[in-house]
Amino acid sequence: MVTKFSAALPAALAAAGRGLLLAGAALLVSTSLLMLTLLSLGLIPLGIGVVTTPAVLGAVVSYADRRREAGRAWTGVPAPTVRRPLPPEEGGFLGARARRCGQLLSDPATWRDVLWLWFDMVVGFTTAILAGLPLILPVVGVALAAGLWRVVERTGETVTFLFLPVTGQPSALLAGALGLAFLAAAPLIAQPLLRLHVRVSAAVLSPPKAVLARRVQRLEETRGDAVDVSAAELRRIERDLHDGAQARLVAMGMSLGTVEALLEKDPEQARRLLAAARQSSAEALTELRDLVRGIHPPVLAERGLGDALRALALRLPLPVDVAVELPGRAAAPVESAAYFAVSEALTNAVKHSGADHLWLDVRYDGPARALRMTVTDNGRGGADPAAGSGLSGVERRLGTFDGVLAVSSPAGGPTMVTMELPCVLSSQKTSSS
Amino acid sequence: MRVVLAEDLFLLRDGLVRMLEAFGFEIAAAVASGPELTRALAELRPDVAVVDVRLPPSFSDEGLQCALAARQETPGLPVLVLSQHVEQLYARELLADGRGGVGYLLKDRVFDADQFIDAVRRVAAGGTAMDPQVISQLLDRRSRDRPMGALTPREREVMGLMAQGRSNTAIAGQLFITERAVAKHTSNIFAKLDLSPSDDDNRRVLAVLAYLDRGTGE
Repeated sequence: MVTKFSAALPAALAAAGRGLLLAGAALLVSTSLLMLTLLSLGLIPLGIGVVTTPAVLGAVVSYADRRREAGRAWTGVPAPTVRRPLPPEEGGFLGARARRCGQLLSDPATWRDVLWLWFDMVVGFTTAILAGLPLILPVVGVALAAGLWRVVERTGETVTFLFLPVTGQPSALLAGALGLAFLAAAPLIAQPLLRLHVRVSAAVLSPPKAVLARRVQRLEETRGDAVDVSAAELRRIERDLHDGAQARLVAMGMSLGTVEALLEKDPEQARRLLAAARQSSAEALTELRDLVRGIHPPVLAERGLGDALRALALRLPLPVDVAVELPGRAAAPVESAAYFAVSEALTNAVKHSGADHLWLDVRYDGPARALRMTVTDNGRGGADPAAGSGLSGVERRLGTFDGVLAVSSPAGGPTMVTMELPCVLSSQKTSSS
Repeated sequence: MRVVLAEDLFLLRDGLVRMLEAFGFEIAAAVASGPELTRALAELRPDVAVVDVRLPPSFSDEGLQCALAARQETPGLPVLVLSQHVEQLYARELLADGRGGVGYLLKDRVFDADQFIDAVRRVAAGGTAMDPQVISQLLDRRSRDRPMGALTPREREVMGLMAQGRSNTAIAGQLFITERAVAKHTSNIFAKLDLSPSDDDNRRVLAVLAYLDRGTGE
């Protein structure tokens, strides 16, 4: 019991210390920032406010973020928020300031942070100081018991320790005992009170359902991308069919029609046209085959991701070391996204890296429940996914499935493209046999 | 010569039956699914099997799997695999046992009846028939390496045909040169690539493919 207590005490006192720290911050920083904000807003009509407000509000926002971060680190209670992106710093000094000012003022997240400053001065301070009591009361109580009460009595005042008026040594000793009781209770109350403070703050700092809002925002983006990608794909397929196989079949039909007419009159010419028609049909088939490969590669349908990637590697003009470790098969859309992402990354490496050897590593990260694919080359490096290469397309493709892409490409190489795709694998047996 | 044919599309199966019969083959069985194919191969012991890669019930590479399994049961059982697409991956699997009597062709090759029938006969005789597309992929890939660069354009042509499984006579016919010229080219190729020369068609194919394969594997 005693050892358990002494083990829990430091953490409890740390929590109480944090409570005091937060109370101090609420009293000093929150108060002065609120004053500055009100002052700066009041100066906007005079013009000075336009310059000062972005700076002050920026400070408010970053202070609120630090308090969010501290709260999360100390108690695990998150206080997420969704801010609108700030406009880029361009245009003249005043123009940029004015736009920033307008943007900050029109964002509800900013106002929430300002409102919280006021809240933090009152409720935040009170709850934080409550959390700090197990640190203050023992000190004060013991000091009173040790004789501080006499000092106070000489000034003609009476100290009240909590609810207890200290009028003599007996009541001073009682105050000391009460203080020590708070110390003993610290492991029970300090952390919960600190959490109470953070929770109450978080309730003000977070818009209702901020997490969901952020998720919805992300889903909207990726849905837009997915729609764009698939529309572009359909357009490409339509064009390929229209200019390719369809046109060839028309040519073939025409040739055959002419053959029909010529069969009696000019068998030699008819034979030549027949050969041409056969050639057309072979070309149409080749084009259809390429098109099918672009829609859904046959090996992927027949064998799954691992073999499809091996087959893909064999078709590339550079040697590729392939290592695949998959304990099962992912859902068809995920497999397809993974295949095309790797395909694009490999093609990119072949085209732009100047490498003469590639490595492909695909494995399933069980604990993370994600497919991890790495394409490495020994080329010159310096690849930039933002520079409009095929990699940004890959990023959007993966985004639909909450997948991500990271590129490490120092100048001089090597380049490593890592892709991660969250998914669940089904058991292998259902696919082959 | 007795043939077992496996192809799930009726029109194509029917067309193949007609073509093979027209060229004097006897159709021992024409089936439409993997399990039927396995049974037919085990019971009828044909001289050659012509098999579509994708078959019901799974519509994955069922035909290829059945053919490979049957060749494990009956080593060297001649199998010609047809597909809408050719993959080096599948070609390797077919060639892996090194026994010959395998073919792997695009379905389009059926258009040219003479060449197709020639391929069926070659496979039935224990030779090899690899689709030109598989070979050209391999050649493209190796062409960046130096030893291949040492071959003259004519030698490269001869090597491509050799890798498909053609005999010297067939290569001579296709390139309009004499058989002696072909023999000279092939011995040059073998010498330049450090391969031991051979007259056995199947062994020649394996040697060339092994060479093309070297250093590009997994």
